Amino acid sequence: MTENTRKIGNTLLRVDDITLSFGGVHALNGVSFEIKEHEILAIIGPNGAGKSSMLNVINGFYHPQKGTIAFEGRERKRMRPHVAAEQGIARTFQNIALFKGMSTLDNIMTGRMLKMKRSFLWQALYWGPALKEEIENREFCEKVIDFLEIQAIRKTPVGKLPYGLQKRVELGRALAAEPRLLLLDEPMAGMNVEEKEDMCRFILDVNDEFGTTIALIEHDMGVVMDISDRVVVLDYGRKIADGSPDAVRANGEVIDAYLGVSHE
Amino acid sequence: MLYDVLIAPFLDMADSPVFFAEVVIVGLLTGVMYSLVALGFVLIFKASGVFNFAQGVMVLFAALTLVGLMEHGVPTWLALILTVVIMVVLAYGIEWFMLRRLVNQEGIILFMATIGLSFVLQGLGETMWGSNVKALDIGIPDASFEVSGILLNEFDLFAAASGAVLVAVLAVFFHYTRIGRALRAVADDHQAALSVGIPLKTIWVIVWAVAGMVGLVAGIMWGAKSGVQFSLSLIALKALPVLILGGFTSVPGAIVGGLIIGVGEKVAEIYWGPLFGGAIENWFAYVLALVFLLFRPQGLFGERIIERV
Ligand SMILES: Nc1ncnc2c1ncn2[C@@H]1O[C@H](COP(=O)(O)OP(=O)(O)OP(=O)(O)O)[C@@H](O)[C@H]1O
Ligand SMILES: [Mg+2]
Repeated sequence: MTENTRKIGNTLLRVDDITLSFGGVHALNGVSFEIKEHEILAIIGPNGAGKSSMLNVINGFYHPQKGTIAFEGRERKRMRPHVAAEQGIARTFQNIALFKGMSTLDNIMTGRMLKMKRSFLWQALYWGPALKEEIENREFCEKVIDFLEIQAIRKTPVGKLPYGLQKRVELGRALAAEPRLLLLDEPMAGMNVEEKEDMCRFILDVNDEFGTTIALIEHDMGVVMDISDRVVVLDYGRKIADGSPDAVRANGEVIDAYLGVSHE
Repeated sequence: MLYDVLIAPFLDMADSPVFFAEVVIVGLLTGVMYSLVALGFVLIFKASGVFNFAQGVMVLFAALTLVGLMEHGVPTWLALILTVVIMVVLAYGIEWFMLRRLVNQEGIILFMATIGLSFVLQGLGETMWGSNVKALDIGIPDASFEVSGILLNEFDLFAAASGAVLVAVLAVFFHYTRIGRALRAVADDHQAALSVGIPLKTIWVIVWAVAGMVGLVAGIMWGAKSGVQFSLSLIALKALPVLILGGFTSVPGAIVGGLIIGVGEKVAEIYWGPLFGGAIENWFAYVLALVFLLFRPQGLFGERIIERV
């Protein structure tokens, strides 16, 4: 890893004392942590720990009852999905959420939605500046497609693709937005070893080449140890550890959480 | 009897192919209007999951507004522009007063809201412009002429051509522009659409405005033929079998379905109508759609649904 391009910077996002419950279920309970610029942060924890809920709070799908979310220093009680997108937060979903009837290229083009500003009228005419804008953005998407090595499926409706490739297209859609912060919810779940290796390589390359800050949820400990700079551990909606992969691996409470032992 | 139903009508068709061609053409032209109305339904249903009961009344409202303005001495071109503007404003109003308040409610609640909307629109239209039957004449020639023995009508051709152009423009718009892509994205997956920053509310305004536009075109054609009056809104009843046939979410389904129903009911009326004492046009479309469903429950272009077990 080239240390110079991956220099970890200041705080990009800070969540503070986030508490979120659904009826009687406490999904998150006073969780605070930071994501620093250019780092790869892994969020881990057993099933139902609140990992996905945390991502949903960060990009505004869930609104916490308590706590604040500060992106680039701007503190909010709650995020809203379109504000998150405008601020440069892009994401993928645990259960793939692609536009199934649309081609790979069109799916990735939707990631450029906010980069395209031509007015409705120009677009209705599909002429002049709107056409130019469409072409420029398509070129960018072709770069994303090359980067992810999915040229062969450019025109295929994504509903017809195998699972592993769908995950890749979903990453492509997020990358097309040129995000400052990329949230990945179990990007490697359900993949075979080879697909996982590819996905790891893409994640590292994105971080390395574009300096994109990444927060990802992952169950595969091998992967987590390999690619993350820092690890946050959630268990029953609480944060139980936060540190380097090695420190977290050695942490007794984390081991217990994973083995289901009560620690006393 | 069996002979009368199964054989005689086909002999009639073979006897006079020119007349048969005329019947089919009239059917196709009617079908274009059904397609347009069904298209309005499909657009709204895809983008916002709302079954818009008021689609028929939107056709009436658009036509009433246009005629009303023209009766007040507004020149046709200006009246057309003003009507388009009013339909856009209406779309904003619907988003603001209805969709925004009811977001995340069950489909049936939104459906009920559109029933309410249809009464509001009808009342509004008639209050503003009166409820008498109005003739609509936007200056399209209405002469008939013959092509190799087949009698054609200029107005009908013009209507069919505008319908076709409208559909083609919409198809290009949906396929190749950012907003079109956003519309399809919203139709596919709301959450994912939100995550890439697609503004749902704007999309809703756009689909309702486009549905209003499509309604206006249908209203002009229909209204010019049979006058602008309340019964115009009943055209929506004809769109229902089209939707059963074409599927609620398929744009090509709406178009092809409309043409099939248009031709089917005309042919049935002419050749089988007398056997049933006439006027089978009104219910034949439903029978056609239901019979069709028996063989292809997924609709014309829908994929076969296989239940996961
Ligand atoms: N929309 C929701 N409505 C009700 N309960 C929810 C909702 N989302 C999450 N929960 C609950 O919150 C808790 C945390 O769920 P979450 O999905 O965040 O866990 P997770 O750590 O992502 O688990 P997994 O590893 O299985 O994905 C669970 O008990 C879950 O049932
Ligand atoms: Mg999860």
